[in-house]
Amino acid sequence: MRHDFLDRYSRLRSPVHRLPAPLKLATALVLVVVVVLLPPEGRSFLGAVAVFLLAVAGLSRIPWRFLVLRLMLLEPFVLGVAILALFQPGGGRLFLFLVAKCTLCLLIMVLLSNTTPFAELLRVLKAVRVPALLVTTLSLMYRYLFVLVDEAQRMRRARMSRTFTTQRTPAWHALATVVSQLFIRTTERAERIYGAMCARGWR
Amino acid sequence: MHIPDGFLDSKTAVATGVLAATGLSVALRQARVHLPPRRVPLLGLAAAFVFAAQMINFPVAGGTSGHLVGGVLAAVLLGPSPAVVVVSAVLIVQCLMFADGGLSALGANILNMGVLGAVGGWAIYFAVSRMVKGLFGCVLAAAFAAWCSTVLGSIACAGELAVSGTVGWTVVLPAMAGIHMFIGVGEGFITALVLVAIARARPELLQPQAPVASTRSYGAVLIYGGLIALGLALFASPFASSWPDGLDRTAEALGFREKTANPLLPAPLPDYRMPGMHWSVLSTSLAGGVGTIVVFVLAWLLARVLVPKANRIEEAGPPRSP
Repeated sequence: MRHDFLDRYSRLRSPVHRLPAPLKLATALVLVVVVVLLPPEGRSFLGAVAVFLLAVAGLSRIPWRFLVLRLMLLEPFVLGVAILALFQPGGGRLFLFLVAKCTLCLLIMVLLSNTTPFAELLRVLKAVRVPALLVTTLSLMYRYLFVLVDEAQRMRRARMSRTFTTQRTPAWHALATVVSQLFIRTTERAERIYGAMCARGWR
Repeated sequence: MHIPDGFLDSKTAVATGVLAATGLSVALRQARVHLPPRRVPLLGLAAAFVFAAQMINFPVAGGTSGHLVGGVLAAVLLGPSPAVVVVSAVLIVQCLMFADGGLSALGANILNMGVLGAVGGWAIYFAVSRMVKGLFGCVLAAAFAAWCSTVLGSIACAGELAVSGTVGWTVVLPAMAGIHMFIGVGEGFITALVLVAIARARPELLQPQAPVASTRSYGAVLIYGGLIALGLALFASPFASSWPDGLDRTAEALGFREKTANPLLPAPLPDYRMPGMHWSVLSTSLAGGVGTIVVFVLAWLLARVLVPKANRIEEAGPPRSP
């Protein structure tokens, strides 16, 4: 399992990566709000935003293949909801407009997450007075996310190498056991982390 | 059920944002006051756990697979307020890091899955597990609550999309609620299996919710209850009453996209439509009611199968003694 499936390219070196994180987060927020609020008449503005985003993507040196794949991965969620718009009169144009808007917003967020390390985003959240408990939770989550995903993967591999059944019921039982073991190990790890945090003078 | 950017209009995004922010700040306050410091790191770790558990795919028929959502599981294992923080953290990371769920729809997603899903699910769990004691009751209640929270979240999600004028209410509700009635069965099933497996390996982990539950303050209960009621009133009541007209008119007055909703009304059968809609409302409600009863019976049977009788008597002891 790759560790960096979330923000693979957030540590590249490029003019976009060097920009301050607060600026990038604020720009992303403003762009998303503007695109979301755009009435159907403002189609040409969507084009302008798209050109701007493509320029940013080019400057940031994120591989195009990754961007396209990531968008394709997320697009089914958009299409799933947008397709419901086809079931009403005049839905065709609304459908296209919705898909265009949503794809742009997805591109904004994918670019933000791949040009800004999450730790810096957290620093911005801390600076704008997001409650400390939430910031602590988010940073611990980001720190241990990859550890736990790895742990789940290891347990899954161990199970696969020891069981040979393809039947559904035992598979569900076994997978549920993996999830429960993961939770038990998570609580044990949390206790160790608390001990380590106290030892280093937390609070 | 993650709503992407672009499907919610400004009034819905702001309303859900305010409701979600209130819920989250109450949850954070509750967690800060009542959670022992020893368990603070567990919030972050549990969020990472939910994220990792969502990546474990359970095979469903026909090559498709589903995964755990985990709101009710977190609420059962950690208590309602920590669960709201955990689910919100997962949603924030998914939004900022993976673009899964939009930035402008973050409030709606936290409201649907965090406040309505986890707290609403926990309330159902609490009520049912009060009535049926022991591990049997715990598993039954959790399975039923997981189903209810999935369906509740999907109804609220459908309501938000409909109130935004993105898609028609009569189209989106049956689609969302129908699909999630099936997804919910899987969610309930996985939640029950995981709880039974945890109870087998580390039964004491199922108990920490007791002190959390006993120290909760009535103010928080009131605010949570108010938020859930308000959320449902805003986004689920158009289904049961003649609200869509009122909301459409507000949308028109405020200059939001009315063109999409209007053509439905001057259809050739203006008189026929309302009874038809009422009929569909009635039949959908009926189907929902019957479905709920069926799922409760299923959860009962599941808990019966999963918790052996000897175990049931043995496990009935510990929760009463402390």
